[in-house]
Amino acid sequence: MKKINTKIISSRQIKVRKAQLQEEIRNFDTSIFIDLGELAIFTGKVIKQFFKPPFEHKEIIKQGFLLGNKSLSLVSVTGFIMGLVLTMQMNPILTDFGAQTLLPGVIAIAMIRELGPVITGLICAGKISSGIGAEIAAMTVTEQIDAMEVSGTRPLGFVVSTRVLASTIVVPILVIFADAFSFLGAYLAINIFSDMSSTLFINNAFGMLSFKDLIPATVKTFFFGFFIGLIGCYKGYNAKLGTESVGYAANSAVVASSLTVFVIDLIFVLIINIL
Amino acid sequence: MRIEKEEVIVVKNLYKSFLDKVILNGIDLKLHRGENLGIMGKSGIGKSVLAKCIVRLIEPDSGEINVLGKDVLACNDTELDDIRKKVGYLFQGGALYDSMSVRENLLFPIRRTQFVDKKHDSQELVERSLASVGLLDVIDKMPSELSGGMRKRVALARTLILRPEIILYDEPTTGLDAVTSGEISELIIKIREEYNTASIIITHDVKCAKIATDRISIMENGVFMVEGTYNELVNSDRKEIRDYFI
Repeated sequence: MKKINTKIISSRQIKVRKAQLQEEIRNFDTSIFIDLGELAIFTGKVIKQFFKPPFEHKEIIKQGFLLGNKSLSLVSVTGFIMGLVLTMQMNPILTDFGAQTLLPGVIAIAMIRELGPVITGLICAGKISSGIGAEIAAMTVTEQIDAMEVSGTRPLGFVVSTRVLASTIVVPILVIFADAFSFLGAYLAINIFSDMSSTLFINNAFGMLSFKDLIPATVKTFFFGFFIGLIGCYKGYNAKLGTESVGYAANSAVVASSLTVFVIDLIFVLIINIL
Repeated sequence: MRIEKEEVIVVKNLYKSFLDKVILNGIDLKLHRGENLGIMGKSGIGKSVLAKCIVRLIEPDSGEINVLGKDVLACNDTELDDIRKKVGYLFQGGALYDSMSVRENLLFPIRRTQFVDKKHDSQELVERSLASVGLLDVIDKMPSELSGGMRKRVALARTLILRPEIILYDEPTTGLDAVTSGEISELIIKIREEYNTASIIITHDVKCAKIATDRISIMENGVFMVEGTYNELVNSDRKEIRDYFI
């Protein structure tokens, strides 16, 4: 009798849990769509502010300097190590096939097309997006954003659009630094194993590159920069009241913008393959 | 003091709920030009929500809000910005922009709203506003270097810089010592006389209510349960009303 009761209870529990899970999944789905919808509306409002005076050139330059300065050393060191490691990994394989002279070109294609932009994007998602998210969330929590709103000074124009524009400009510049330092790392690594002049290295590296490699890789870095800035601002702007929301905004900005970097990269690869 | 009868804020039948909790339950309010209206009530009763609804920092569920003859809930963004420039809001914590100096805090609204005064340039306006709150000497300090009372006064100076016709004070004396609270309350009166403003003062501070208000409304269950002057309410027959002034 006891056993039967236990079975009945457990099957009920399973049903309840199943219903709870279905509800959670429904809520999860809904919250993603609500978030995406709100982000789309936010994006529209921010873009509108780009064209509304007064134009904040000084603030854009200031934010650009702060954001770039914050990430430059990290991006450069990472680029250098990536170039070094990639060359050390590729060298034995290409040497086996007697194609060591192709090494600079292979590294250049890998770094400029894919690794440079994506790794820089991820670093910026961690440094820039989280920084913006935390800063704006702190302003929201201390009612500074409300104070701007209520005096008719449009915080979207001053706080958000300037940071988004600065990030859109700065990320491509950081990618250039990452690529340049990766070349330096690659050159150093090649010269550990063999002897190659800098002229030959540059000729081999750029000889294999075409505009088809450079243009999409450059264009996507602008998109990385735009969305890294935008997501940081969105998370900070929509922070709830309370100090814990500052940490949450920073954390969720990193997660969302890192994911967005991969999604944009995927979209670009698909478009390039179709073209 | 003679109170002019022109209504600068009219709130009718305003409702606001957060999830299942009803905060504003069909509240009505009228503020006349040159008048200081105090709003008292328990913490969390919805006083700040009402003030934020008036400037549409919070969207109400239903009702009517009319500010300086304009229907706030029917305004587009540009019209709303125009109304907001005429309504100053003093936040509980001051809400000074902590990355800017006091001078920049005050210059910011002038620059962003392209508020140009024919008689004064921006710097003169900043100095005049700071002088009216008695803090001209902190003009180049950062907000982090100021005390709580100073921060509130600087925030008030920033509110005054756009020459508002109405000021909403959200607990202007909370967290301050008795002497500084008294000074802020006196300042509210001085500002009304100097700038001819009408004000809503949300407060728990009995001394502030006594000094700074002409009329007090007490909020309970999302509506105003009673209204009167400080003396009328303090001498009320109802103990629950007198309790607010202990």
